[in-house]
Amino acid sequence: MESLSNRSKKLEKKEMTWAEKAYLPAIAQGLGITLKHFFRKKATIQYPEQTRERSSVWRGLHVLKRDENGAERCTACGLCAVACPAEAITMTAGERVKGEEHLYREEKYAVTYEVNMLRCIFCGLCEEACPKAAIFLQDDKLAPARYERDEFIYGKDRLVEPLKTTETK
Amino acid sequence: MAKVTIDGIEIEVEDGTTILQAARKIGGKVVPPAMCYYGPLKGSGGKCRVCLVKVTQGSAKDTRPMPKLVASCITQVQDGMVVENTTNEEVLNARKGIVEMLLINHPLDCPICDQAGECKLQDLSYEHGVSSIRYEEERRTFNKVDLGPYIQLHMTRCILCYRCVHVADQITPERVHGVLGRGDAAEIGTYIENVIDNEFSGNVIDVCPVGALTDKTWRFKNRVWFTKPLDAHRDCPTCSGKVTLWTRGDSVLRVTARKDQYNESLEFICNTCRFDKKETKDWTIEGPTHIDNGSVISANHYELPVINVPIVPNLPKSTTKILPEQS
Repeated sequence: MESLSNRSKKLEKKEMTWAEKAYLPAIAQGLGITLKHFFRKKATIQYPEQTRERSSVWRGLHVLKRDENGAERCTACGLCAVACPAEAITMTAGERVKGEEHLYREEKYAVTYEVNMLRCIFCGLCEEACPKAAIFLQDDKLAPARYERDEFIYGKDRLVEPLKTTETK
Repeated sequence: MAKVTIDGIEIEVEDGTTILQAARKIGGKVVPPAMCYYGPLKGSGGKCRVCLVKVTQGSAKDTRPMPKLVASCITQVQDGMVVENTTNEEVLNARKGIVEMLLINHPLDCPICDQAGECKLQDLSYEHGVSSIRYEEERRTFNKVDLGPYIQLHMTRCILCYRCVHVADQITPERVHGVLGRGDAAEIGTYIENVIDNEFSGNVIDVCPVGALTDKTWRFKNRVWFTKPLDAHRDCPTCSGKVTLWTRGDSVLRVTARKDQYNESLEFICNTCRFDKKETKDWTIEGPTHIDNGSVISANHYELPVINVPIVPNLPKSTTKILPEQS
């Protein structure tokens, strides 16, 4: 069929030369390319042992921070949950009782705080919404692969920053 | 009848109407904000100074402007009066200053406060205030006062609008709380440890423009923007029984009176309705309460009302499959 645009080139199949017909130079050339790649820099890394350098604004797993006295900063105000576009965050609030002042910074605190890492899109809007500087997305951790879906719902046990017990004053 | 012009909009109102009421008749942006004035309560207003306006012409007979800004909630209109609210720089600056003054002793603990999201002071400071604060001194603190099992008092958040005092005077048979002390030491209290206990005491929660008086049965249960407000009613022997339910799923987390666009209760409700009837089966649900687009409460992803079908006549076909069968 005649082409509409008339832009296609007609190809002529030329007769191969003697050197081309021998094939050996082409094989040697191909082996040479393979050999060259042995000495090139590797494109892959040995992942669990080595990690790639990440951007300074890279967003990974969440952490619920403690203040300078080790009390939890989160007051379960719900602004992260309302800001979350993926609706990954849920929480229930509770009232602090006497004697818990060293555990919770304000009179209200999060009894449960759950982030569903399967829903989460790591956009960082929760971090931006937090008025208490409590939730942050770490730049060095990501949610590891797991077999069960339930295991991706991170509760307070995995989100709250561990107490610095070894630190001496 | 008196003709007044507010921000260039002319309206004819009856003699004895206040500027604020005249502005509310016009509606929209010309309405000055009000923190202490409360329509249904006699004698309220004139305390917070948020509703200050400029009167550029006193009346048709005396065309001189009023020398100072006047509180629109307690100033009556006169024929030929010309009022400037949003069009006057002086008014806007004064309002900015007043918001800053109101916030001086306010703890700004909105992340904890149960009123956050429906707090008038929050709205006011967003609309008229400045985002920074110049106050460096210690904010006032108070000894905790226990007002019984239903009402939680956070005196640090109070702006001394006297609304709750008026409610106790006018709605309930006796008042046991009031404003004690003067100036910086003024506080809401019962003087002698006393429980506010009568059938209509819960209305102080509704009238409070800030989170100073909150519902103890709702305390820290949820945030207002995660709950769905529904209009409902029940046959109540003591009050009209017309309320707004704040629900989440099937559970009623809080019951409040129905409020108009200026956050004023349409009808005061009794404590039985407010604190004891916390199940959906106690109520006949009429439909969702209208929430302003700008309100954070509207961020709670409204679903179509499925409980009471007849109120929505023309539901799109795609939604009919989730509707329950009618018997």
